[in-house]
Amino acid sequence: MSNGVLVIFDQNQGQVRHVVPEILTVARELGVGAVTALTFGVRASETLETLGEYGAAQAVIWEHEPFTRYSSDGFADAIVELVPQVDPSVILFPASAWGKDLSPRVAELLGAGLVTDCLSLRTDANQRVIATRPIYAGKALAEVAVETPIQMFSMRPNINKAISHPVKPQVLDWTPSIGENSFRSVVVEVRQAESGTKEVTEADIVVSGGRGLKAPENFALLDQLAEVLGAAVGSSRPVADDGWVPHSYHIGQTGKVVSPTVYFAIGISGAIQHLAGISGSKYIVAINSDPEAPIFKVANYGVVGDLFQVVPALTEEIRKIKANS
Amino acid sequence: MKVLVLMKQVPDTETRIKIRPDAQGIVEDGIKWVINPYDEFAIEEALRIREKFSGEVVIVSLGPKRVEEAVRQSLAMGADRAVIVESEQMLEPYLVVQALAKVVQDEGYDLILTGKQAVDDDSAQVGPMLAARLELPQASIVIKLDIDEGAKKLRVERELEGATEVVELPFPAVITAQRGLNEPRYPTLPNIMKAKKKEVKRIPLASLNLNLPPRVRLIQLTPPPERPEPTVLTGDSAETAKKLAELLHEQAKVI
Ligand SMILES: Cc1cc2nc3c(=O)[nH]c(=O)nc-3n(C[C@H](O)[C@H](O)[C@H](O)COP(=O)(O)OP(=O)(O)OC[C@H]3O[C@@H](n4cnc5c(N)ncnc54)[C@H](O)[C@@H]3O)c2cc1C
Repeated sequence: MSNGVLVIFDQNQGQVRHVVPEILTVARELGVGAVTALTFGVRASETLETLGEYGAAQAVIWEHEPFTRYSSDGFADAIVELVPQVDPSVILFPASAWGKDLSPRVAELLGAGLVTDCLSLRTDANQRVIATRPIYAGKALAEVAVETPIQMFSMRPNINKAISHPVKPQVLDWTPSIGENSFRSVVVEVRQAESGTKEVTEADIVVSGGRGLKAPENFALLDQLAEVLGAAVGSSRPVADDGWVPHSYHIGQTGKVVSPTVYFAIGISGAIQHLAGISGSKYIVAINSDPEAPIFKVANYGVVGDLFQVVPALTEEIRKIKANS
Repeated sequence: MKVLVLMKQVPDTETRIKIRPDAQGIVEDGIKWVINPYDEFAIEEALRIREKFSGEVVIVSLGPKRVEEAVRQSLAMGADRAVIVESEQMLEPYLVVQALAKVVQDEGYDLILTGKQAVDDDSAQVGPMLAARLELPQASIVIKLDIDEGAKKLRVERELEGATEVVELPFPAVITAQRGLNEPRYPTLPNIMKAKKKEVKRIPLASLNLNLPPRVRLIQLTPPPERPEPTVLTGDSAETAKKLAELLHEQAKVI
């Protein structure tokens, strides 16, 4: 009978996203068998150390051509060929743009059920997986099970803890054949965002601003606060729409969904579409001049005040705390 | 170019979600239904393709009676005609894909567009899964789409976390739209009037003879966990800022 977990993820020049150790930990804690990791591309074998640290017993690394450039159909075809070799009962992907592109394609080709963007997984008495995922942008949670022999899930980043469990992964040397009609959709270029900008979906702390900032140049106040905190900067939708900040800052139901330890909502009213993107935050801190602003209903800590006064003072106070610790 | 746009009708994003007593769905009374916001970008893109290359834009939707309204809105934006697969139940993505696959194969197409996800179940599966089902190449979460009609090739930009990816692929293909692809137009009054007379073909789900077992089972819906009572500070800015920093450091222990 099939058992074990196959974890499939992307890597960049030997670096993996935070979500990879998180998923490896989830995979191991399911207790349904050994964890096999599969990754691709230039310098992929440099991820082996991380894979071992988080308990991957086996690794499959495709570094060679044509795996140096992502192809949704090419990668999916190759994965489908590998799966019978590993024979897993569970396959996990990150619920990133990469994972959401590839996992439905793999699911259809394998005839397996897939559950997107899971917060947590557990097993029932029969060793079958039960997943919890948000629906309606987090306004409800759904508990779901997959009925096919292979159960597929993509995992939301920044929710599960990565717990080290060192092993020495055995590298499985198995190469898929590449069909004529595969690798049709192929990446020809990747443009990284400017260096220095932290990705909001992976950050431990997010400092976010809205229309209350009044003008684009005032985001400098948030950049300074973010710098002392080591935080990423985000925004509400209207300020991204108006070009005060790049589109990649936009958080909410139609933007990014974040789950940091601390989310600072500064000059953000807390519209239902914005709250949908931040409900997974452990602590929400609101700074707003309007005591009736809906953001205070979801905040753990709130300051009613003028952000132009409060934010610089807060930046200074945190700088002092950091200097003393 | 014949472009099919897969469009889902979803609750307006303002909607407050109430879970049914049987925990198997939501209370639909009083909900305002709209075109899935990401599908609007797909419709707009299809209209721009028709403006540039000529051809036809056909809306394909699956759902109960009420989807007619969203379909008419799509037609009022400028789509030529529509096909509705009538289904009273909400189906999981895999079953939607099997139903739509039959319909689009009968229709024929050069390109299939849809939103990157529907903002109700947020599964983000239908686009790529349909591509696999039809053995087509795909590109999802697309913010720019260029078509080389002669070479039958697409060049698209995809939005990733912290990067933009440029992808080339042949068409026919499936493309899913992300915010940023375009700015959807509003229907004009004359177009709203015209939309009432446009052809809408209805196909009962049962007539597709799917009879497939589900792959995913909903156990239950639950409300999200309540957030704790807030600690709200008011008064002098310097003092509240100091107090907040202390609370974050000593109580929450997060800085
Ligand atoms: C289909 C749809 C999807 C949407 N999706 C999203 C989404 O994904 N994300 C999103 O954010 N929005 C989304 N919206 C928009 C949303 O409805 C709100 O309009 C938006 O979130 C409001 O942004 P804001 O809080 O920055 O601005 P406002 O609502 O204008 O709030 C500004 C706040 O700043 C405060 N303020 C003003 N001056 C100061 C000061 N000096 N000091 C302190 N506070 C001050 C005000 O009290 C106010 O609370 C969507 C809307 C629709 C219709």
